[in-house]
Amino acid sequence: MKYKVNEKGYYGDFGGAYIPEMLYPNVEELRQNYLKIIDDVDFQKEFHQLMKDYVGRPSPLYLAKRLSARYGANIFLKREDLNHTGAHKINNTIGQILLAEKLGKKRIIAETGAGQHGVATATVCALRNLECVIYMGEVDIERQAPNVSRMKMLGAKVVPASSGSKTLKDATNEAMRDWINNPVDTHYIIGSVVGPHPYPDMVAIFQSIISEETKRQLIEQTGNDQPDYVLACVGGGSNAMGMFYHFMDDENVKLFAVEAAGRGVSSGFSAATTYLGKEGVLHGSRSILMQTEDGQVVEPHSVSAGLDYPGIGPQHAHLFKSGRGKYVSITDEESLDAGLLLTQLEGIIPAIESAHALAYLEKMEFKAGENVVVCLSGRGDKDLDTYIKYFNL
Amino acid sequence: MNRIKQLFEKKKNILSIYYTAGYPNIGDTIEIAEALQRSGADMLEIGFPYSDPVADGPVIQASSKQSLDQGMTLKILFEQLKDLRKNVNIPVLLMGYVNPVLQFGVENFCKACEEVGIDGCIVPDLPMVEYEEFHKECFEKHNISNIFLITPQTADERIHKIDGLSNGFIYLLSSSATTGKNLEVGNITETYFSRVAAMNLKNPTMIGFGISDKITFDKACQYANGAIIGTAFVKAIANGNLDESVSDFMKTFKN
Repeated sequence: MKYKVNEKGYYGDFGGAYIPEMLYPNVEELRQNYLKIIDDVDFQKEFHQLMKDYVGRPSPLYLAKRLSARYGANIFLKREDLNHTGAHKINNTIGQILLAEKLGKKRIIAETGAGQHGVATATVCALRNLECVIYMGEVDIERQAPNVSRMKMLGAKVVPASSGSKTLKDATNEAMRDWINNPVDTHYIIGSVVGPHPYPDMVAIFQSIISEETKRQLIEQTGNDQPDYVLACVGGGSNAMGMFYHFMDDENVKLFAVEAAGRGVSSGFSAATTYLGKEGVLHGSRSILMQTEDGQVVEPHSVSAGLDYPGIGPQHAHLFKSGRGKYVSITDEESLDAGLLLTQLEGIIPAIESAHALAYLEKMEFKAGENVVVCLSGRGDKDLDTYIKYFNL
Repeated sequence: MNRIKQLFEKKKNILSIYYTAGYPNIGDTIEIAEALQRSGADMLEIGFPYSDPVADGPVIQASSKQSLDQGMTLKILFEQLKDLRKNVNIPVLLMGYVNPVLQFGVENFCKACEEVGIDGCIVPDLPMVEYEEFHKECFEKHNISNIFLITPQTADERIHKIDGLSNGFIYLLSSSATTGKNLEVGNITETYFSRVAAMNLKNPTMIGFGISDKITFDKACQYANGAIIGTAFVKAIANGNLDESVSDFMKTFKN
């Protein structure tokens, strides 16, 4: 387990818990209890039962034949888009809601970008009858309207974040503020592998079900649990971490993390963190983030609200710096084109986030017979408006 | 001797004022410091702005944004502070978030603080373990006090640990909250204030967050060596003549 967190909460140079004292007791309570709770037999039983009967897992590993023919390799899609609520986010929210219950919390808060994590959180709160408040940037509220309605229908209160770029980073700030002001009864369900330790590790553990299943499914379908390549998109990086998790120590498996280049990495409108960023502290952990020389966070841009984040999780920063993962980027246009291509070749409309990972296939060269797994992290229903406008449908 | 230590030795009911550097105008930093000293402030906390200030409420966040929009950086702030000690002799602290400090370089930061006459720093998101392991030596070499925060939820054991690491004062948050909330002294806060007072800490204590006027200031002084006012002051200087608004604000604290 070379790339996992150490006992101090670090992945190499990255991680830790850079939080004001107001959050210390909450984060410390989690740190001391999360592994104990997650490892408990009853917790595991309930988690896996819900994964099976409520989420619909295992999600299929689908050999996309027409896509495979196009790229000259066996392209498998890990179908997280078929999960209940339409993305990988539900894996983590199920885990965290069970954990919050064990900690005796009565109120749940969360941040959301595209709305997928917000919907997944509102869903589990409805399921477990807990009060739910979701922070969402004003800009994202506008571009992800169907998800806002879903959250409201599920009984959540959606609070607009109106500071900064009015997107995911600002929603995260607002959620952290809420947590500071409500330290005792509230659990903050962070939606990605970001935040102070133990969040990156905890979220990665819940999402690791993606690669756990993939290995099993690869054995069944190819006879080998190690593919040649694994690809996933990265905003904060939770689907990618779930997809990489059980492959990290298989050094023969090449891991590709695809960031959002936005209008181009040098355009001033980008979210390509490893290309544009440097080491620093954001939202409670030391990682890589887009920032000015003075350490002010630079506002990111991506057509995909879920990738519109100026940092990456600390474990990703470690995979990047150590060279274990290859971090690349795809522009808005390339991702939209890849989304349309998958729709027309395979009859699957992907989330624009996931389309970033698919788009990178165009830039790769494969040998015949190589096995490639792409995490199809979410479905594209929420993005129809963007697709419609871009393609004049 | 460090100015902070001297102040606590000679005075009770210390009034410390927080304001954001470069707000309302980028060039106002020193003028406000001088006006505050003239009007009777005992200690100053100058906030260096950050784009993502999670522990701040909307008023201080907006002041930081205005300052950043006007081009404020730590480099510019240290340039401005070269004139600080011409007319200001009360203790002055810098307060802000860890990322700008890391980008400036902790060693460079402490050195720059010492050169311009800063006595201490408050960096709320710098973890205690990180300070102890990596930065304490540097702060001490440059004679900069690092001030830690405690809240009603901070356990006694941790408070003792903080007391051991501190060499200025300990910042007692009146509640677990972002800045700009009103002080509500109820059973919980009273118990907490009394609990901390009874711990016989080696460092003096200042109460902050929620102190906005003479009534809340006097209340806080019953439990600590003084109190810190931020949001109410930042609001008070938003518009108009600085000299006048600073002195009007400070007059409300005189008997």
